[in-house]
Parts: sequence; structure tokens; C-alpha cells
Amino acid sequence: MKRHIANGVKIVDSHYKVAGESKWDLKDKLLLGLTPWQYIIQAVRNPFNWILAVIFAVGLPLIAIRFIFGLASVTNSSYDYPWGLFLCFGLFAMVPLSSSGFMLGTTVEIFGRHDFEPIERLALLNGLLGYLFAVVYLLVDLGQPWRLPYPMVVAYGPVAVLFLVGWHVATYLSVQVCEVSVSFFEWIGFPVGKQGVRKITLGLTVSGIILSTLHQGALGALFNYAPGKVHPLWYSSAFLWLQFFVSSIPGGLCMVIVVSTIVLKTMAWRCDANFLDNLDKLTISLAKGASMGLITYLVIKLMGIAHDNKWEYLATGWGAWYIFEIGMGVILPLILFAYSIRRKIMGLIRFSALLTVFGVVLNRLNIAMITFNWKLAEREIPRWREVIISLTLFSIYLVVWRFILYRLPILYTWKTADERATAKEPARGYVTGGETEPAMAGTYRSRIDERSGIAAQQWP
Amino acid sequence: MKRRDFLKGCIACGAAATLGVSEKAWGIGSFEGYPDGMGVLVDLTRCVGCRSCEAACNKEQQLPAPDAPFDDKRVFEEKRRPTEKAYTVVNRYDTKTGGGPVYRKIQCNHCNEPACLSSCFVNAYTKTKEGAVIYNSKVCVGCRNCMIACPFNVPAYSYSSALNPVVKKCIFCYDTRLKYGKPPACVEVCPQEVLTFGHRNDLLKIGRDRIKEKPDRYVDHIFGEKEVGGTSWLYLAGVNFDQVGFDTTMSNEPILSNVKDFLGIVPMVLTIWPALFTGFHLLATKNKNHTNHEDGHSEQEDHKP
Repeated sequence: MKRHIANGVKIVDSHYKVAGESKWDLKDKLLLGLTPWQYIIQAVRNPFNWILAVIFAVGLPLIAIRFIFGLASVTNSSYDYPWGLFLCFGLFAMVPLSSSGFMLGTTVEIFGRHDFEPIERLALLNGLLGYLFAVVYLLVDLGQPWRLPYPMVVAYGPVAVLFLVGWHVATYLSVQVCEVSVSFFEWIGFPVGKQGVRKITLGLTVSGIILSTLHQGALGALFNYAPGKVHPLWYSSAFLWLQFFVSSIPGGLCMVIVVSTIVLKTMAWRCDANFLDNLDKLTISLAKGASMGLITYLVIKLMGIAHDNKWEYLATGWGAWYIFEIGMGVILPLILFAYSIRRKIMGLIRFSALLTVFGVVLNRLNIAMITFNWKLAEREIPRWREVIISLTLFSIYLVVWRFILYRLPILYTWKTADERATAKEPARGYVTGGETEPAMAGTYRSRIDERSGIAAQQWP
Repeated sequence: MKRRDFLKGCIACGAAATLGVSEKAWGIGSFEGYPDGMGVLVDLTRCVGCRSCEAACNKEQQLPAPDAPFDDKRVFEEKRRPTEKAYTVVNRYDTKTGGGPVYRKIQCNHCNEPACLSSCFVNAYTKTKEGAVIYNSKVCVGCRNCMIACPFNVPAYSYSSALNPVVKKCIFCYDTRLKYGKPPACVEVCPQEVLTFGHRNDLLKIGRDRIKEKPDRYVDHIFGEKEVGGTSWLYLAGVNFDQVGFDTTMSNEPILSNVKDFLGIVPMVLTIWPALFTGFHLLATKNKNHTNHEDGHSEQEDHKP
């Protein structure tokens, strides 16, 4: 892409190819304003696409095998370890990292911190896709995925924690689709939809908090069903749900830091000045939030041990593994954050965020898989096919994520007509069929100006 | 944003959030089992490991032919668990106290408050008034949460089926026998009278009587009387239960009680959060452009670098 931009190719960032004159059509928008040939060339030149191609070449047939011959053909399909890598990684590890949507939504919409807006949409997208792909992983793992809507329409098991998880993830997914749809409406040029969503944003955000609190916790409470199977150090009947919820906060915030770092390294061309200039400042703020989440999480973890007086387990082999998890995933990032935030060492802050993400993932894998059935002699090692399928699904996730980031105004601000109007004398002639959409589309991003007293210019 | 819009949004989304969960946390009292519930008393001191119960189960439930014939003693070389092809298995334990090996039959214990039932989000499991825990394969989605929840590691899953994988476990021969008041196939076939079929309450009395009559033959404990809230299948043993593969650290509370803490907070979050966070919103944003207070209300702390 960089090469094309250097060659003077104009990338789609508004409805208009040339201000006030010709519009981009949908094909242009999809191809980012490149010609099909240019687009293919840039895709082929990208070495990452070759890696993806190899993964898909192996992984997609395996997914087909899974659906044609059943789970036994790709997983270890063990009776004692009914939940394999698909759920332990795809669901239990990805969902806490996807709390970013509701965290940043809360910050911006509830607490009115509009200075976080440059990164809000990235966080919302991360949340949406994380949940969406958690469901995809779930569909691959379920015995009869076509029955997934059953708990909603056919048979109800309302005392089951999973019932709550199912309902909440479904509702929360729709909430997130609404939240992210703002960008889509801007991109496609449908201001009525966008306005509609803006009206209920606060309600969406509040319900997002409720749903997230409950289902992040509920994922932990699922393991309350297995008091004899989860290792006592990781198990706590009183605090497990709280540990899951609280750890999802630094998990989500740090995931935004990690994701924004990836964006910065790989698609800086797509970011606008608003994003790039604010990123360091926002990263520090996110890191501060994450540190507070981490320290809370650490205390609740220790409380869990103290509450049931499980200190003696720390002296065992499992205890060493527990200390490793807490040390690497919680205490070390805390120390590094404290050091690097004060000195504004961005690289170290980003590395600590990565460590935190690692810590959250390790915690979920430990509970759901590694220490699960600690009383049994044999441990479950995922089969290679299971690993490849998990990797393939993750690659699909990356492709979708990249596809959206390249196009929708998430890393950049959609240039709307009123901004152009301030920039140059508006050419009124192009408004066809009484189309007034550009002005409305501009109202969201110009709200900051509104608050500071500059009214957004309305298009006639 | 206008206050009216804001309230509208809140109500709409609040309703959406409540929809799925309001019925969640109703009372989960302790349940001691149906008064007329049936059960089976398994006396491990009588079992000789003939495996005829396994054969009877296989025939009654029309399960596929086993890998090794039912008179093959080599299966005792490893510890087995119930599978999709065998709803009951007998294991041999060589105890250190001498007196020869002890055999133990494993199958679903048919809990009074089954963990599989309470963890199932489509209510595929039913505890019948006869005491059986049965399973409805028509609604099962295949999440396998029941297998996670079962404290005895009983349910198995037919992973190899692509189109209709289901949970496979002992159902107390409910469809063919228990429903009509008949004992399950394994009980009927047992040549050693290891298995006694009857009302659970009566079985508890029988068990206590046996312990009282021959205190040196039995350990003074009926496994399943209280474990995880009580089970319909009860065990008597001549050696400590942990020597024959039982988990003796099991709590007497049903598995569900571990989840109550969480279920209790669900209505709290649903009722308190909306007001709390809209309150935060009003506190944090009102008059914000008059005074320049940026601090205090944000979990993100100070944003100024």
C-alpha cells in the first residue's frame, strides 16, 4: 500500500473522489480506490498473505473434514476433557480480550471522555470481532452447531450459567454490531441509520456494561460446576466469576494497546493524524487503566487463596506454575507499567501490554485445560489438527479484521461534506435528488467542536 | 444527547438485557430426592468381577459389540470409565490391606441434584420421580458442559458422529424397565447379589443394617448417601473408598450450590448497573464544558500526559 500511496494513488476516505465532483462507487470503496490490478498486486506483494495462504491451504480442508466426519476426526475427543483447544482458546481466552469494546464505550460515552475517541472505534471493532469469532470457534466445537439457537427458542435451561452466557453473548453481539455500524453507515453513506444508532448509544453502552459484567463473570462461573476438577489454586467458589470479570478489564485494555501497535506497524497508511498524534497519549492512559485493573485482579486472586486457606498448594508443582502465571502475567507487567508509564517509554508500555494479554490467555488456558482434571493421571495434549484449525480460524479473524480496518473509518475520520465546506467554497451543484446525507454524517465527529462552541455547519 | 433520547435508549436496552436473564436466579433450595425415588445399593464386598452386568447393559441398551469379549479379564489391567459404547464398566483395584482385589462397578450414580441437569442450557436432562436421570437427545446442542460438570466423570459423547453426536450415559434402564417398576438389567443379571434394587430410603436402612451386623466387613460409610447432595446409587465397601477409585474429597453440597454465589449477583447487576452507570454519566458529563474538571470520575484516571 505504501508504494501505491507514494505513487500518488488516492485512498478512499470520503464519499467523493474529487471534492464536490465525482463520487466513489462501491467497487472503488471496496478496492480502496485502487484499480483491480493494483489491488491484486499489493495483495500478492504482501508476504503476510502468503503465510495466510499456507495456513488456509492446510486448515480449510481440515475444517471441512471436521464437519463431514465429526469431531473425532480432528480432535482428541476425550470424555474427560470435553472442552478442547477450540473453546479454551477461542472462547475462554478471546472473550476477555474483547472486553475492550465495552471498556472504551464506557469511557467515552458514560464518562464523557471524548479525548479517547480516536481509539474508541478500534476498541469497539476488537470487541465485536472477538465475540464474533468466539462464536465461530464455538460453532466448530459444538456437536450440533445448527442447534445453537435452541436455548433461545426450543428448550430453556434457565438455571444453567451457560444459558446466561448464550443469551448475553447473543444480545451483546447485537449491541456491538449496532455500535460498530456507525462506521459502516458512514462508509456506505446511510446517515439515517447512523443517526438512529447515535440516539441510543448511551443505552447501548449501559446495556453493554451490564451484559459484559455478567457474561465475563459467567464464563468463570462455568467452572464453578467443576469444583473437583479445576485445581484449588485456580478455583474459588466465591471469587471465580469476579476474577474472570476483573481480569477481562486489563485484558481488554491491553489488547487495544497490542492491536493499535500492530496497526501502527503494519497499516500506518490507513491512520489519520488524529489517530497517530493521539496514540501515545492514549496508550499511556490505557496502560494506567490496565495497571489499576491488574492490581485489583492480583488482590482478588490472593483473596481467593486466602479465603479458602489454600496457601499450602503453592509449595507444590502446580503452585510453581501458578506463581509463574501470576508473576509473568500480573506482577511483572505491573512493575513494567509502573516504570514505563512514569518515564513514557512507549516500547516498554506496549511490551507490558503484550505480557498482560499473555497472562490473561494463560490464566484461561490454565483453568480450562492445563490444570483441569488435575487429579487425573493423564493430561490432554491437543491434536495437531485441532491446533491447525484453531490457527486457521484465528487467521480468518485476522483477515476479516484487516479487511474492515482497511475500509471503514475506524483508524481515520471519514471526511464529510461539512468539513469540506469549511475547507473550500461548497459546490452546491452536486447534491442530487435532495440528498442531504453528508451534513448529517458529519455531526458525530464534529460534536467536539460543538461542545467547544463551534456549531457544526449544516448543509442547506 | 437529549434527555428524552437518552431515557428511551436506556429503557430499550435495559429491556433487551433483562429479557434473557430475569428468570435466572429463582430459589435453588436443597433437594433431597423424590420420596419414592428408587435406587441401587452396590455392595463392593460381594463383587467378583464377572462383568455380567456389563454384558447385560450392552444387550439391554443395544450398544455396539465390545472390543474384547465380556469374559476377558485383561480389561482389568487398566482403569476404565464409562464410554459411549459401555454405560457401565467394572474396574479392579488391588488394595494394600490384603484380602484380594476389590471390584467396583461404575455407572451414572443418578444424583438427587444432578450437576449435568443444572448445567444444561437446553434442559436436556430430567430427574424422574423414579430417581433416574434421563437425557433428551432431541434438544442437545452438544456443548458438553454436562461432562465438565459431572463430578463422577460419567457422561460420554459420540464424537465420531458428524450429524447426530449425542451424550451417552446410563439412564437406569428408564425407558425399558424402571418406568414399569422393574429393576435395571445389570441388577437383574448379577449372580452375586452385589446390586440391590429398591426405594432409596429403604436401601439406606439396608446399608446401615449391613454395616451394623458386620462392622469388621464394612467401612462405616455409605458412599452416595450425602455426597454431592446424595445419589440414587449407593455404595458399601470393605476398604476405604479412596482405595477403590472414589473421590472422597467430594463435598456434601450439590454441585449447583457452588454456582449460587454467581447466580445471586445476576439480578443485582441487572437492577443496580443501569442506574449506577447512567448516574456516573450524569455526574461525569454535566456542566463539563463550564468547569474544567477532567478528573475523579474516570477509571482511566488523568489523561494528561
